[in-house]
Amino acid sequence: MSGPVNSRDRILGRVRRALADVREEPGGELPYADAVPRAYLREHGDRTPAETVDLLAANLADYRARVHRCTEDDLPSLLARLLREHGSASLLVPPGLEPGWLAETDVERVEDRAESTPYDLDRVDSVLTGCAVAVAETGTLVLDGGPDQGRRRITLVPDHHICVVRVPEQVVSSVPRALDRLSPGRPLTWISGPSATSDIELDRVEGVHGPRTLEVVLLG
Amino acid sequence: MTIGTGGNAGPTFVGMPAVPTPAFPEAARTAVADPVLRGNLRHATHTIRAKRAAAVAELADWAELREAGRLIKDHTLRHLDTYLVRLEESVTAAGGIVHWAADADEANRIVADLVKATGESEVVKVKSMATQEIGLNEALEAEGIHAYETDLAELIVQLGDDRPSHILVPAIHRNRGEIRDIFRTRMASWGRPAPEDLTDRPAELAEAARLHLREKFLRAKVGVSGANFMVAETGTLVVVESEGNGRMCLTLPETLISVVGIEKIVPTWRDLEVFLQTLPRSSTAERMNPYTSMWTGTTDGDGPRVFHLVLLDNGRTDTLADRVGRQALRCIRCSACLNVCPVYERAGGHAYGSVYPGPIGAILSPQLRGTASEIDASLPYASSLCGACYDVCPVAIDIPEVLVHLRERVVQGGEAVRAGGKVVLRPAKGHAAERAAMRAARLALTHPGALRAGQRLASRTRRFHPRTLPGPGRAWTATRDLPPLPPEPFRDWWQRTNGGKDGAR
Ligand code: SF4
Repeated sequence: MSGPVNSRDRILGRVRRALADVREEPGGELPYADAVPRAYLREHGDRTPAETVDLLAANLADYRARVHRCTEDDLPSLLARLLREHGSASLLVPPGLEPGWLAETDVERVEDRAESTPYDLDRVDSVLTGCAVAVAETGTLVLDGGPDQGRRRITLVPDHHICVVRVPEQVVSSVPRALDRLSPGRPLTWISGPSATSDIELDRVEGVHGPRTLEVVLLG
Repeated sequence: MTIGTGGNAGPTFVGMPAVPTPAFPEAARTAVADPVLRGNLRHATHTIRAKRAAAVAELADWAELREAGRLIKDHTLRHLDTYLVRLEESVTAAGGIVHWAADADEANRIVADLVKATGESEVVKVKSMATQEIGLNEALEAEGIHAYETDLAELIVQLGDDRPSHILVPAIHRNRGEIRDIFRTRMASWGRPAPEDLTDRPAELAEAARLHLREKFLRAKVGVSGANFMVAETGTLVVVESEGNGRMCLTLPETLISVVGIEKIVPTWRDLEVFLQTLPRSSTAERMNPYTSMWTGTTDGDGPRVFHLVLLDNGRTDTLADRVGRQALRCIRCSACLNVCPVYERAGGHAYGSVYPGPIGAILSPQLRGTASEIDASLPYASSLCGACYDVCPVAIDIPEVLVHLRERVVQGGEAVRAGGKVVLRPAKGHAAERAAMRAARLALTHPGALRAGQRLASRTRRFHPRTLPGPGRAWTATRDLPPLPPEPFRDWWQRTNGGKDGAR
């Protein structure tokens, strides 16, 4: 902001002059709801909750997430196995993770503290979180920083992310349904498969900067 | 890659080029004669074209989503002053600090001052077309601040001292062998060197980039980004990406500075439901891109403690003043129009002399920058008007209509708005612009196949529902003559990888 007229006023003034013709048009002031009729679908297809979960599993796998299903009782042993198979010695845990989930593993638990630096996080092998919502049509997990998910950085720096989705209650069909459930006030991360790039001759390569291995446990 | 927000710059190729940029026809002729470039471009554009059509066909309501996208953007543009003020209020209420930049110089000065105030001398950047447009990296460098690009493609471009050639895949003009060579020779002077035995396997190249960039992410104190969307109602910014470098830049640094064009606003949270469906499918042909970040101001204990939003005009309000041309501001930078464009496929991104290549660049650059320079005056001619770009555009920008409008403007002159003030453009007769236009016409005429196919398609494609694509693309490839296979080194690569098929693994 500088000069006799600040840039804010200058830009807003330019916008208003640029739109002079619009302002003169009859009907140029349609209210927003009428200006945008939404003829598109809220979701695609007609599925039972079980079928929606199946679609989520299929789409997650299609983008090369590893998908596992289990019951509440089997979860601790499944998690122990996944960590063992990945060769993990340490695990980042968000503050509100259910302690029972880790009953059968002896990996070192690392809590994310306010003073933890990115370098600290970079030394941890794996991270385990819940999620806020999962989108079946796109194979997407959404994290909103809830107590079982933690800060955004903890699911970013470690190379191995295990995410537990409660099915069917955390699963929605579509992107519109997901936005309905989410709060814009929270920092949100939408994750669809592991980090990837197609920058080299458009070949999809997993794993550039985010976790190279994404495992999803459908719990229910 | 980061979808749609971006692209970093090579040293000379931003905004108004300091070195005179050749007009489109000359630059295109050079590109057409480069067999490696043409091979890369053809492989890349054809691959993504077919994938996009499949991803779009999955949604039965594509036409309705496209129409809603068009209307949301049009409504926003018609009330842009209202929504800008609303956005400012909501970002401020959420703890962000809003700055306004009328032009590139002002935006660069704001960002440089903000970085200096942190006491830092380096920033990590996630690809942002807006920052490339204003030449931010060069401006920061002049102030002693080093900007590290972190998209894989941008890294390739930056290390190769090169210019991006595609909105989404800026290194689309480089094949894997060239990328390996750039990494081997250049990484060491920028930070962690590439491994001695680096091969040209994409996975190995990506691993080298991961290690090289990680040291920069972990120590970064200031991040610079663009944004794909800004929600006026909530103050939420959205960045859509693939690699995770965006998340790194948006969450690890203590200070985040986002430079965003004023046209990136949508009114409400709900509007994202349209674009989060149309953008990934149009750009990377995915149901959803790997990562999307949304943040609203600052959050205690999570992410940057300080968030600055720099709202950029830099020719956008001038574009808004043009009744026909303003629709270009609907663009969500998906790059679908590049991938279907027969002219882009032959000429490559560099020929457009702008950060915005392809059909969208041909209508956006001359409006943002005016048509005073030879390159900008020639851009409206960089098209056969075949209409394929319009058919795939997820916000239904009628690019051929704007092209014809801008051609009239170049040839006949007329009223326009520059830097907020009315100007009268003189007709191009006797000017450099006219000569450029004539050369462009000659280029088309010396490629009669292109012209014929383009004209035939022009009458047909308008009837096609977007979902029927890649009809025009396929028709084009069927009717034009395939060039003979070029000599080394492209053919070596081609044979070794069985036409690129084996090379994918
Ligand atoms: S003009 Fe349309 S198709 Fe081209 S990049 Fe913009 S939104 Fe995509």
